[in-house]
Amino acid sequence: MASIITVENLSKKYIIGHQRQESYSSLRDVIASGAKRILRNLITPSGKGSGDPLHEEFWALKDVSFEIQEGDRVGIIGRNGAGKSTLLKVLSRITEPTAGWVKINGRVASLLEVGTGFHPELTGRENIYLNGAILGMSKVEIRKKFDEIVAFAEVERFLDTPVKRYSSGMYVRLAFAVAAHLEPEILIIDEVLAVGDAQFQKKCMGKMEEAGKDGRTILFVSHNLRAVQALCNKAICLNNGQLVRQGNTQYVVNEYLTGGGGEREVLERVWPATLESSGNANVRILRAQIVPDLDFFEGLITVQTPLRIEFFYRLCVPVDTYSFSMHFMTMSGECVFITGSSHQMVQPGVYKSTGYIPGNFLNTGLYTMKLFFAKDVTNLLYAAGELLVFEVHDIERESGWLGEYPGAVRPKLKWDFEPYTMSG
Amino acid sequence: MQSLIIEAGRTERHYWKDLWRYRELFYFLAWRDILVRYKQTVIGVVWSVLRPFLTMVVFTLVFSKLAKLPSENVPYPILIFAALLPWQFFANAFTEAGNSLISNANMISKVYFPRLVIPTSAVIVSFVDFMISGVILVALMAWYGYLPDWRIVTLPLFIMLAFAAAMGAGLWIAALNVKYRDFRYVIPFVVQLGLYISPVGFSSAIVPEQWRLLYSANPMVGVIDGFRWAILGGNTPFYWPGFLVSVSLIALVCLTGVFYFRRTEKSFADVI
Repeated sequence: MASIITVENLSKKYIIGHQRQESYSSLRDVIASGAKRILRNLITPSGKGSGDPLHEEFWALKDVSFEIQEGDRVGIIGRNGAGKSTLLKVLSRITEPTAGWVKINGRVASLLEVGTGFHPELTGRENIYLNGAILGMSKVEIRKKFDEIVAFAEVERFLDTPVKRYSSGMYVRLAFAVAAHLEPEILIIDEVLAVGDAQFQKKCMGKMEEAGKDGRTILFVSHNLRAVQALCNKAICLNNGQLVRQGNTQYVVNEYLTGGGGEREVLERVWPATLESSGNANVRILRAQIVPDLDFFEGLITVQTPLRIEFFYRLCVPVDTYSFSMHFMTMSGECVFITGSSHQMVQPGVYKSTGYIPGNFLNTGLYTMKLFFAKDVTNLLYAAGELLVFEVHDIERESGWLGEYPGAVRPKLKWDFEPYTMSG
Repeated sequence: MQSLIIEAGRTERHYWKDLWRYRELFYFLAWRDILVRYKQTVIGVVWSVLRPFLTMVVFTLVFSKLAKLPSENVPYPILIFAALLPWQFFANAFTEAGNSLISNANMISKVYFPRLVIPTSAVIVSFVDFMISGVILVALMAWYGYLPDWRIVTLPLFIMLAFAAAMGAGLWIAALNVKYRDFRYVIPFVVQLGLYISPVGFSSAIVPEQWRLLYSANPMVGVIDGFRWAILGGNTPFYWPGFLVSVSLIALVCLTGVFYFRRTEKSFADVI
């Protein structure tokens, strides 16, 4: 069978500015730095002034090559910053590669975000047409599918209400419904299933499976490995912009889970001010780390080690009821537990939050966490996935049960044990 | 089945075909902007009639009654409105197109479509406003009992010229604005200054003969003179050398605008 997508040595370079917050420049800076360069060349005409300390090259993708056959459903996995989203952006023609090429045989529709182009002032009906057109559907096509879209989104009663009055659930349902009714030969989807309630997510998965059964080619990025396993027959694993593994889903996911996806633990992360993944206009994470909560510690984190999680961030908006919660996940995407706290009347500024996990609580294995910042309980300010990755090792047991403990947690709980005398 | 190759620096062969495929998007984006514009306003679309009308009244008072400028034998309000129409179209289209990419940044970083669609539909929106304000001109002419002659049939040509001027300048500024936000401040400045250096409140005939050619280096001079010539008939003489200068400048701005836009649009998503 002919390949529907061929990717050869695809690379994408970004220039990271280390001082500026914005990626756009102002003309004054361009002129100023140009003048500086001329001046420098005049003073040291050897021309060796190219090591600009303010601008660092960053390869979001480096020499990635693969082929996808028609009808394949391919999951793309990897940690945050591995280059998954950049790859999808290049394949969707949103951004141009720096080197290498891609050949695509067929019509592509990409869904990197639900509700792109939705206008809050327009009604549900108007937004269906607008969003459809932006995603590349013709008016005739949209009209044909209109009833189906409305039924899928379950918003019949609110069709003529501006979407700014919609609940966030309705908004997302409507947005996904439009996208779900695209009928391209190749469908590119980025982590959009992380929205809506469980029931709606199931419906979306169903819709995507259906698309797969129709013989459509799907590229699917997700942190939820179970969704990838359920939907995809092939998988690609990226790490630091490079393709580290490809093959059938089970194999790639297993290798990824056992740490074959690159370095395993990420105990500390510090973000340069400009990287996309560190936040948005509401919250910007500056640093996150997980450390043993002990005065003296060396060696590996074990099931007995108490842990301290610290994250530093800038809150950019004032919030009346501010809360954050941290979800601890296993690498296959199951949530082990959630913890968080809530505060009243928080002003913008830089904050540090520290959480404590007792020793003798977690089971062995790799853990990752998601961090959610919210205002007024339900309004999401920012969500960060795969913030850190840490591994809990077993202690060296000398006797007793030596096998693996089943279960999501492995707590040492207080038990009373005493002789009991039957009375009477 | 269409086959597509994505490669660094490749000039896209499908671009114009894509533009055609996305033709409905022009319509939808323009439709969105028009719909949204007057939501939650009380008098709604009346605004797009009221603004040029009041401007015309003020200009007539200032330039005709106070400054006592010559009116070329036509009622002064008509003289002004024939120029105000293309000028406001240009000013609005230029402003809207110039800011259009920035205000649709979200779409640019998440969906592919030929980026040319965005500034073009901004110009189309201003064109709709232009048509609406055109009604005032008809009303004014009826009020003064002023009938245009055969020259009125040439008006579409001058409208196209205004369209090309707005497009060209809009594309330049839109593309530059993505990278250098300085141009955000250039736009209102150009519009404000342009109103005074274009013959809107007065006839360009009052410009001394030896400066006429230089004056036409402002492309809107050609457009506005053309409008007046077509609408007011033979009452305003047509200055050919100046008009040719304006037309060639507009063609130059338009062609280089498209070229520059096409060259930079692939990096829009990275820098916006």
